[in-house]
Amino acid sequence: METEYLLSMNNISKEYFGNRVLKNVDLQVKAGEIHALMGENGAGKSTLMNILFGMPVIHQTGGYEGQVQLAGEDINITDPHDAMNYGIGMVHQEFMLIPAFTVTQNIKLGRETGKPNMLPLIDKVFGRDLDTLQWDEMAKDSRKALDSIGMMNIEEYAKVAGMPIGYQQFVEIAREIDKTGIKILVFDEPTAVLTESEADRLLEIMRLLASRGIAIIFITHRLDEVVQVADSLTVLRDGEFVARKEVAETSYVEIAQLMIGRTVEKLVEDEDTDKRELSDDRIALELEYYCVNMPGERVLDMNVKIRDGEIFGFGGLAGQGKIGIHNGIQGLFETEGNVYVHGELLDLEKRGEALRNDIAFVSEDRRGVGLLLNESIERNILFSAMQVKNEFLKGGLLDGKKSREHSLEMIRLLDIRCTGTQQTVGSLSGGNQQKVCLARAITLNPDILMVAEPTRGIDIGAKKLVLEHLRKMNREEGVTIVVISSELVELRSICDRIGIVSDGKIADILAPDSPDADFGLAMSGLKREDVGE
Amino acid sequence: MTKLKKAIDIIGIPRLIIGLFFIALVITALAVGLTPSSLFSDILRRWMMYAILVLAMVPGVQSGIGMNFGISLGIVSGLLGSVISMEVAYVKGWFFHFGAGAAWLTLLLALLIGIVLAAFVGAAYGLLLNRVKGSEMTVSTYVGFSAIAMMNIVWILLRFQNGQLRWPIGSGLRNTASLQESFGGLLSNPDVYSQSRSIAIPAGLNEAGSVTVQQPKALSFLAIDVGGSGFVLPLGLIMVFALCCLIIWLFLRSKKGLAMSAAGENELFAVSNGINVDSMRILGTAVSTVLGAVGIIMYAQTYGFLQLYNAPLMMGFAAVASILIGGASIERASISNVIIGTLLFQGILTVALPVVNAVINVSALPEIIRIIITNGIILYALTKARGGRR
Repeated sequence: METEYLLSMNNISKEYFGNRVLKNVDLQVKAGEIHALMGENGAGKSTLMNILFGMPVIHQTGGYEGQVQLAGEDINITDPHDAMNYGIGMVHQEFMLIPAFTVTQNIKLGRETGKPNMLPLIDKVFGRDLDTLQWDEMAKDSRKALDSIGMMNIEEYAKVAGMPIGYQQFVEIAREIDKTGIKILVFDEPTAVLTESEADRLLEIMRLLASRGIAIIFITHRLDEVVQVADSLTVLRDGEFVARKEVAETSYVEIAQLMIGRTVEKLVEDEDTDKRELSDDRIALELEYYCVNMPGERVLDMNVKIRDGEIFGFGGLAGQGKIGIHNGIQGLFETEGNVYVHGELLDLEKRGEALRNDIAFVSEDRRGVGLLLNESIERNILFSAMQVKNEFLKGGLLDGKKSREHSLEMIRLLDIRCTGTQQTVGSLSGGNQQKVCLARAITLNPDILMVAEPTRGIDIGAKKLVLEHLRKMNREEGVTIVVISSELVELRSICDRIGIVSDGKIADILAPDSPDADFGLAMSGLKREDVGE
Repeated sequence: MTKLKKAIDIIGIPRLIIGLFFIALVITALAVGLTPSSLFSDILRRWMMYAILVLAMVPGVQSGIGMNFGISLGIVSGLLGSVISMEVAYVKGWFFHFGAGAAWLTLLLALLIGIVLAAFVGAAYGLLLNRVKGSEMTVSTYVGFSAIAMMNIVWILLRFQNGQLRWPIGSGLRNTASLQESFGGLLSNPDVYSQSRSIAIPAGLNEAGSVTVQQPKALSFLAIDVGGSGFVLPLGLIMVFALCCLIIWLFLRSKKGLAMSAAGENELFAVSNGINVDSMRILGTAVSTVLGAVGIIMYAQTYGFLQLYNAPLMMGFAAVASILIGGASIERASISNVIIGTLLFQGILTVALPVVNAVINVSALPEIIRIIITNGIILYALTKARGGRR
């Protein structure tokens, strides 16, 4: 090794309950360098950082394999306090600040400076916990830390509550800087919540810190930011180390390609011949200036037309807004803009309007939204059809015989493994719960079916069955299907077109066989034209 | 072994322990020489007497407001219905004009007024609960207390003429009004059918100022003294409870009822199916309150007295404890929880007192023991509020 790395994590592996989430991953960072850690959701970035910080979750689940070196020496970090002592700090994506405290109080929390109490006895009995706090000195320290990152206009005595998000982020940074001997600073997707100018400011500060010899690990999805500030980068994919590159020696397209990777696995075989006729004149679902106010998954001014009879996919990284799309139409979150179903405007203010217009949903949050966990399979399957279409009712009451027959049919059709129609859904496995959700949607006989994360947390067999069934509904019954998924492989194996969502908008609409790099770029909100290649 | 474990799992350990305690108490009671017929008669009577009040918890829980401690609102509605109905019956001389049928008319009018009042009060109360989502149970406890306190003022202000209701001197209503000269015992007391009653009527209707009334023998099946043994089968009361259960059962299987249960179990699920969660909660609260009104009227007719003022203050707690012991949780409750829970809770109270009395003979002790047992069971039930498997 020619260069001396400040931090080097070698051959790190980690298993959660027999599930290998990290496989021999390496991460090396030089002092004074900004190093980008990149990868899709679930690539293993968080786990790697948890290991670096000695988070309890790592040690409670049997620790990790591999070696962590700081300035060439082996270290063993077993709890977050160790990490702090080694000079490793983190700026969290969700701020760890107490709103009702002042900036100084937040910066100094847990590390207050004090002098022995006036009453010596108290000190002897209770120890230093009851020291008299020296606010003046602490305020001075805070001021210094804030000044050092150029935040002259944040007052150290102001309360955090009500500050702009960007300022809160800077207070977090100031807190980390204030820790003596900080050597490594991790930024976990810091720009995700910032406005553009705030983000620029942050990047500047990162450069400033790096110039003082602090090593910075920058976790982000945004390719442009990486190219803008980072010196080098490491890409992880599915828990595996893909590459370490110097930014100067690579390109947008290459990074994008590294992140997506070549997965040729076809989840579903397209055996039957495709007899569908898709036309831009027949639009099943149109979103126009569509916004959804779903915290964490905002949709901002989205425009897209989904053709009648096609399978359309929405992909993109977590938090970019793809999950908001169907939740807005379903009426779970406030929306703005227009949604047209077969050319007719949908009144989203009205409860259940989408269902009455023959749109059915399978929620990404099975347990939270999709199911009545304490109720029977039968009740779950029938519920929507009963409430929306008044089916399975006889004289105003639930028709026991008809509903049992229908649920038995669904159990057979989707191969739901259960003890009978009366088993509670909560006691089923994830895959079978998902099939119950799907059965409920199918029972509505929809024109348009919106399925979110159809295969999340289910085994490969169930996955195949669910995807095959979706394709069958599309081909045989002409149901327009909208799939919202974080798994690109899945989208590419069944969709006709895939819209990649970034920052609440459609970044690009791609064909399933488009080059990997295009998908990678779209996920960062870029098109090939934008990067000039 | 696994079968045993499964059985315990279904019954639930709390019910198993309390059930065994109950059986042990009954055995002790018989051992210390209590008469079996009157003992079992008492258990059955109290079981049915409280059951509708406990049933009132079911729609509340299913609609998502949790245990309805504010059942006092329904109780005072029922009480108000009863006193108004009794006053009307007296002033209009119903017993003079209609004879025995007047008692039934009074009961029906009391139910009618009680139900209508409770429906309105319950809906308004539901609106309030929608504004305090997440802390319904705390709020409802205090709403219950406040309702009782407010009604204390109402009771003292009402200027009624019925001598059974008003204080002998001064004005306002009595603490405890006997239902002997009204609908008391119609559904549960065999004496009503075997003995005639002299009932006061307003002056000027006849010379005596009272009429003698005998309920028809044909209706005596409503309260049967089985073989003259002293074991009373209150068939009328049981039928009313069964009817209430049937109505609730049917309601919970209707489209509205299922929507209400879904709203209570998983709000997001309900919203995503186009259900108005808030109005479902109002519906559940109103139905619960109405059952509270019916429940207190059935309670009073069995007990033979209307208890005004602070008497109903803690009734909500007893109802909550009963259904919890029956295996309900604050999220899910069923009719079987009501039946089992009321039997265990009221059964223990009924048997424990004479047993304690027989074992330790100190005059004030039974009351103290009653309080300890009641609140002990409530506390235990609340700690085990998770419920058994249904």
